Amino acid sequence: MRRVVVTGLGIVSPLGCGIETTWRRLLAGVSGARRVDAFDTSDLPCKIACTVPGQEDSDGGFNPDDWMESKEQRKVDPFIIYAMAAARQALDDAGWHPSTEADRVATGVLIGSGIGGVGGIYDAAVTLHERGPRRVSPFFIPGRLINLASGYVSIAHGLKGPNHSVVTACSTGAHAIGDAARLVALGDADVIVAGGTESPVNRLALAGFAACRALSTAFNDTPEKASRPYDKDRDGFVMGEGAGIVVLEARDHAIARGARIYAEVVGYGLSGDAYHITSPSEDGDGAFRCMQAALKRAGLSAADISYINAHGTSTPLGDEIELRAVERLLGEHADSVLMSSTKSSTGHLLGAAGAVEAIFGILAIRDQIVPGTLNLDNPSVHTQVDLVPHESRQASVGAVLSNSFGFGGTNASLILRHPDA
Amino acid sequence: MSDIADRVKKIVVEHLGVEADKVTDSANFIDDLGADSLDTVELVMAFEEGFGVEIPDDAAETIVTVGDAIKFLEKNVSA
Repeated sequence: MRRVVVTGLGIVSPLGCGIETTWRRLLAGVSGARRVDAFDTSDLPCKIACTVPGQEDSDGGFNPDDWMESKEQRKVDPFIIYAMAAARQALDDAGWHPSTEADRVATGVLIGSGIGGVGGIYDAAVTLHERGPRRVSPFFIPGRLINLASGYVSIAHGLKGPNHSVVTACSTGAHAIGDAARLVALGDADVIVAGGTESPVNRLALAGFAACRALSTAFNDTPEKASRPYDKDRDGFVMGEGAGIVVLEARDHAIARGARIYAEVVGYGLSGDAYHITSPSEDGDGAFRCMQAALKRAGLSAADISYINAHGTSTPLGDEIELRAVERLLGEHADSVLMSSTKSSTGHLLGAAGAVEAIFGILAIRDQIVPGTLNLDNPSVHTQVDLVPHESRQASVGAVLSNSFGFGGTNASLILRHPDA
Repeated sequence: MSDIADRVKKIVVEHLGVEADKVTDSANFIDDLGADSLDTVELVMAFEEGFGVEIPDDAAETIVTVGDAIKFLEKNVSA
């Protein structure tokens, strides 16, 4: 199997549009959470979300017109526009703009989403109900389908290799990068544009996740305090939106063209809980086996991991289960690793989370610094694992483990390693 | 130019994102204005919406230029 590296990064997040803006704000401990004002939340228990800042944010706000023609934007849900933005950033960053037929055929796209165009489905259902089937747009279906993020990106850049997608709830982004890395390793493509994208901030999805009792509801007046993984006052996650996309490339291909290599994708593990549709298995068995599988694939031991980007969503149940699984994995090395949840800053980007967080892990390797866990004032349990409370920290970062766990009991772990390791 | 023609051209400009001066009577939605087959379906829906008429599928198939749309609507919209 070929070795696979990351040569390009792109992000649209609640901290801004673009890698450097998002990363600078993450390290500075900025929260992306705010009161939702785009629609009525008066009858919803959760009135906050981590939303992508628009043009009112002059320093790194998101302007959809920069990434997609306005007549095209009208046809799609925002998750596709976010994917277009992050994919172009990643391709530009990688300096990969294939123009020959051979290079185009060797370049694939694998972008997933947890719930795709749920906002557009809601709107179209209302149209159908109130005005009948003749008023349903011909763009309703192609603008909501999850794999159309991959479709739009491939069309925009002429990428004719494998065109694929992943839908595994909150593990989507990690599975997309892991699966894409496998395709490159096996030789199905030399380059794949891979990641996750999500645009769930609407009344229907907020109502649905609130009904699952998954969202924070106690911090509507102090949104920046709401996402507080491992803290004793945590009461659910804060929904986020955006996209994280990387360019994965066969290492020999990247070296041959002189591309900058951020990191190598050395490990990818998958597992299923076979336990409950929304709750993680209480003994953390699924999470443990997933991380273990990634280590095995990487040929590394737990002691080799310097930083863990936790799934850590700030739900009462999940955070401690993950922490116990990590302690079990690390054993006597539990006190030598740093583990933080960047969801304390970005909120939970659902299907984009695993990709955005893999990118944070890659940037931690690049800059030798680890982002902190915001709002971790009083850890709910004692642990030897350093959860990096509040502030980012300089550290020697060689290998990073990034965890993602999704509804349905679907787990994915990625291990990224310093390119010179 | 009739009021109907003005309104038709405005709808075409908005939906296809094209310059107003390209939207002539003889302009073909697909060949001249860059529409695809889904765009033309949506355009017909926008005409229905904008003029409060129903355009049956067999009639819609004959509307391929801006002028075709103006002609159909001038005939079928009560002023």
